[in-house]
Amino acid sequence: MKDVHSVKIAVNGRLHEIDVESRRTLADVLRHDLGYTGTHLGCEHGICGACTVLVDGLAVRSCLAFGVQADGREIETVEGLESGGQLNSLQEAFSAHHALQCGFCTPGFLMLATALLREKLDPTEEEVREVMSSNLCRCTGYQGIIEAVLDAAGKNRGTEAVDGAVSRETAEDRVEGVSLLREAGDHTQ
Amino acid sequence: MKPAAFEYRRATAVEDAVDQLTELGDEAKLLAGGQSLVPMMNFRLVRPSALVDVAGIPDLQYLEPHDGRGLKIGALTPHRWVEEMEDPELLEGFSVLKRAARWVGHYPIRTLGTFGGSIAHGDPSAEWCLLAALLDAEVVAVGSGGERVIPASDFFHGFFMTALEPDEMIVEVRFPQPAPNAALQEFARRAGDYAIVAAAVTLDMEDGKCRSARVVLGGVADVPLRVPEAERVLEGADVGREAFEEAGREAAKVVDPPSDVQGTSEYRRDLSAVMVRRALEEAAGDVG
Repeated sequence: MKDVHSVKIAVNGRLHEIDVESRRTLADVLRHDLGYTGTHLGCEHGICGACTVLVDGLAVRSCLAFGVQADGREIETVEGLESGGQLNSLQEAFSAHHALQCGFCTPGFLMLATALLREKLDPTEEEVREVMSSNLCRCTGYQGIIEAVLDAAGKNRGTEAVDGAVSRETAEDRVEGVSLLREAGDHTQ
Repeated sequence: MKPAAFEYRRATAVEDAVDQLTELGDEAKLLAGGQSLVPMMNFRLVRPSALVDVAGIPDLQYLEPHDGRGLKIGALTPHRWVEEMEDPELLEGFSVLKRAARWVGHYPIRTLGTFGGSIAHGDPSAEWCLLAALLDAEVVAVGSGGERVIPASDFFHGFFMTALEPDEMIVEVRFPQPAPNAALQEFARRAGDYAIVAAAVTLDMEDGKCRSARVVLGGVADVPLRVPEAERVLEGADVGREAFEEAGREAAKVVDPPSDVQGTSEYRRDLSAVMVRRALEEAAGDVG
């Protein structure tokens, strides 16, 4: 007998109400149930970090969380970074510094860097290296990724929020997402 | 891979979690941050019949002074909070926890993973398990029989085996005594992986002499392993590299570590000597 739960989750500010089986990981919920295939799945046991998304603003490996745990929470995926077809400054920096080749790991790295740059407006190179060492990239040798994140941090230093589209454009959407959940009731931790 | 099917429940309070564990039987497990449990489920190394999600239980996330000089940590406190600990009063005696936090998994693991969860998991190379053993921590658990306090020395029974009963939940971990001269050092092939060998030490020093010391090793046995032979080398010795190397050699001599894909027994023994020496050097230089 399947253990199915009805969950409400907001993804990039858009509210979804779906039934998920308890064993379904958040990564599979995002990809298969909701179509956010920008989130990639590599190892499925928390080593590679390709599936990193933000849950209530925190970097989380979506293969190590169950969809049912995301009930009442706000998810941000790589699809939420651009706005109106424009890459945000972090994505531009990845492009400029050749921080990707095959692109498989890129969504995870982008979301990881987004979490870091929101937490620390002006991280040191050591902090960037420490946090970015969470994820695996088999193409670039990481140097371009480190440079891109440092560049994106520098570009935004002391000015507006660092993570481009998500915080710029969807700050209101995100609040709206929460209020949608709240209105729908049952907004628990 | 995908985990086997299980029943998902949510607990709203500690008593609720205990009631549900009692009802569901010992095939059920608690789910906190899930950063050790879920990978094991994905590998199907474990197949719990049910998970009781305790992450939403309020008031179990804190780092606070305990009984004057000690520190108490709520079971659901994320590793990241320990890493970001800034209260100077707490740091004075417990900066070792903050310094060791960077060894705990990776950044995204530290945002979700919890202090109590790591202790309950009981991995013999895990940083918090080592420090609990090193610093005589007390594990506060609540079960159907009420609350009890388990000394760390009685808590770890073997690989992923602890003194916890199937219906018990950790609510708090207490560190009764400050440890200003303590350190943890470890080696893993890749940043954030579990340590192949880890060493945690404390030093009590006076006038350049070591009055007493404690040495605990991880990754060399099925529990965090105290090494009294290495501690005896340090007692009364002059603080310095010579004594630290000797303590490391003594530790390497007495441990009997397992061989696995990460390294042979011999390699672990060599690493033990180096990790003990490095940890002692850090502890000696650490004044707060």
